[in-house]
Amino acid sequence: MINEIGHFALVLALGLAAAQALFSLLGAAQRNLTWMTIGRRAAYLQFFALTLSFAALTKAFLVSDFSLLVVAENSHSAKPLIFKFAGVWGNHEGSILLWVLILALFGAAVSRFGRGLPTTLQARVIGVQGLIGLGFLAFIVATSDPFVRIFPAPLDGRDLNPLLQDIGLAIHPPMLYLGYVGFSMAFAFAIAALLEGRVDAAWGRWVRPWTLVAWIFLTGGISLGSWWAYYELGWGGWWFWDPVENVSFMPWLTGTALLHSAIVVEKREALRSWTILLAILTFSLSLIGTFIVRSGLLTSVHAFAVDPERGVFILLLLAIAIGGSLLLFAWRAPDMKGGGLFAPISREGGLLLNNLLLATATATVFIGTLYPLIIEAINGAKISIGPPFYNQTFVPIMLPLLVAMGIGPLLPWKRGDMAKLAGRLKLVLLLTLFVMGLVYWQDREQLWPMFGIGLAAWVIISALLELANRVGLPKVSVGNAWQRAKGLPRAAYGMTLAHIGLAVAVIGMVGSSFWTEEFIGLMKPGDSQEVAGYHFKLEKMEAFQGPNYQARRAVVTVNASDDGGYVMKPEQRLYPVRKQNTTEAAIRTTFLGDVYVTLGEVQKDGVVLRISFRSLIPWLWMGALLLVLGGLLSLSDRRVRVAAPAAGKRT
Amino acid sequence: MIRALFIFILTVGLFQFSLAFGVSPDEMLDDPALEQRARNLSQELRCVVCQNQSIDDSDADLAKDLRVIVREQLLAGQSEAQIKSYLVDRYGEFILFRPKFSVHTLMLWIGPFVVLFLLLGGGIWFYRSRSKGVSALSDKEEQELSDILRVGSEEPK
Repeated sequence: MINEIGHFALVLALGLAAAQALFSLLGAAQRNLTWMTIGRRAAYLQFFALTLSFAALTKAFLVSDFSLLVVAENSHSAKPLIFKFAGVWGNHEGSILLWVLILALFGAAVSRFGRGLPTTLQARVIGVQGLIGLGFLAFIVATSDPFVRIFPAPLDGRDLNPLLQDIGLAIHPPMLYLGYVGFSMAFAFAIAALLEGRVDAAWGRWVRPWTLVAWIFLTGGISLGSWWAYYELGWGGWWFWDPVENVSFMPWLTGTALLHSAIVVEKREALRSWTILLAILTFSLSLIGTFIVRSGLLTSVHAFAVDPERGVFILLLLAIAIGGSLLLFAWRAPDMKGGGLFAPISREGGLLLNNLLLATATATVFIGTLYPLIIEAINGAKISIGPPFYNQTFVPIMLPLLVAMGIGPLLPWKRGDMAKLAGRLKLVLLLTLFVMGLVYWQDREQLWPMFGIGLAAWVIISALLELANRVGLPKVSVGNAWQRAKGLPRAAYGMTLAHIGLAVAVIGMVGSSFWTEEFIGLMKPGDSQEVAGYHFKLEKMEAFQGPNYQARRAVVTVNASDDGGYVMKPEQRLYPVRKQNTTEAAIRTTFLGDVYVTLGEVQKDGVVLRISFRSLIPWLWMGALLLVLGGLLSLSDRRVRVAAPAAGKRT
Repeated sequence: MIRALFIFILTVGLFQFSLAFGVSPDEMLDDPALEQRARNLSQELRCVVCQNQSIDDSDADLAKDLRVIVREQLLAGQSEAQIKSYLVDRYGEFILFRPKFSVHTLMLWIGPFVVLFLLLGGGIWFYRSRSKGVSALSDKEEQELSDILRVGSEEPK
């Protein structure tokens, strides 16, 4: 019965999305307040219907109702409760349902919190949201209905892919989706602005918090996915330039560019059509990401269903959404010429350079991801594009970006003074050279770590100096500076924190790439091994039974001169239902790196252990955390929250 | 010790199939420098039956065979380039994670730079159109302005 209610609510949501789109868009065009109000109410109702539908599906998973096909195929009665819950979105149907639920959440949010917006702009944003929801709900109802029953119901289910039975992966998809779908807000604002024919500073101020929300979630989602790969796949790698990673990375790159260009719109009313284009591209890339991952165009742990019918449907949706919005852009954007001077050596000049480099980086990832598909379609040649390609193309684009990150924040708006800038940069450069010297003193055999960490230091030092300058140091007294520091907007701290976060992550990347020490060898109980100053001893092997898996683990004692003795237990699991193995690495985090032990093949005369010291890797996760915190801090800025309604009243 | 060994043997029989992670100790070369070269080269080669894994990371049988071939050839004194072309002859270009520069990878390698130059060009065009500012006048407007000014200055006569 509950399943039927869920199914009914799903179809109802489809109708409500259509009503939301129709009444809002027509109401805005006709300036009919009643219609626009109906559209707004429909957005609430659509969210309510989808919540009901999602709750029904969740209940089916929690009580292991195997009369539902998705539950039978993706769950198991013995699975731990948390993974039964996470299993709701651990499959194609459920994950797309989550996608539209989040979309409806954003639609309802703009109905609720967008009261300060001009009425027609708000209605158009809600209308565009409704259109996107309509497309995806039609897709669900037509090809991916989660409420399909099977008869007779099987006694037990086929379990969830064991790799996905992990706490990191339980939260990774919803975070990523909140990011992807969150960019639909920027997209809807862009389309609405094109329809209105008006983009001004107020528009830039409204679109920024929504973009920031999406960006925070996407940053968190990508980091979680990367962290999961690091501890679960057992090689200690954290980024593989896999197509499914790339498609989540591209909207992050353009979304980051969008955050920066929206500032220019807000402060200088320049780069308006470029910002609109970025908003359209960012969401388009999110859609392409959904398409590529879900269509089975690239098979991976993410491609739950390889079904051409679904692929064709999403491709059609994609063509309408992207093609339609770009056509609208080409038609309306030429009217949006901005005014005013725009000098290369200025804050806005720096932000434009940031945008150019991020756009180039996105294009590089895009080419690398899609080139093999395109070339195979053209002449049947099969090529592979892997990490070595990106190291040669993507990384060189990032280096000038980091250089620019150290300079941009020191520049004033409108017109920068070269002499003053040079004076400030001299100090930053001096301190950076000192850090580079320190790194060289530590490692004289290779130069890359020195340059990489030097660049990160450049960004951090510059960010701190910029903050000091803002509060008036060193000209004013410390007490006075403290008063000024308290008065600074949170967005300023948000930027500083996020920039430092990226630099800290870069240090982690450089350290783990160049300084990781590794041992792979066969060990018998009682054998010892020395790695990176740590003494490892394999004590014994153990076997035990988990809730829905069997496992064995190695008990390894670790001793180091400065880090007392402790026990690490790398594990291997066998999930009998899917006949699949997973590794559970044992990781001990220290300030300078992770001690990382994985259990490999078990042979007649011992077990293969992979013991490594992954240098500075915790800095990568710390950097990602700082990026998210910087975003949150910026979002909590009073100006961001207050600006929208205040500006709305003015118009 | 005997007890530990007993538990050890017991646990070995537990799993029907076992998990490895890429390179295993029995394949590794004694010479650490040569082994490091083998590892570096392995990371540039795709396990052609896997999903986006290098032969260094993959536990597929084919990846193991390829790792052994790479090490045998290195021992025989072959260079990285020679080994790559040996493998490309047998498995096609698909095996290379860094595609060779050729006619059909032309756009792949120069594409990012084309985009960069286009965007930089766009940026420079944008600056030039803005550097004069909104007050800049065209030649015709300049002429008109000077005409007006001349008329103005002539009037008091």
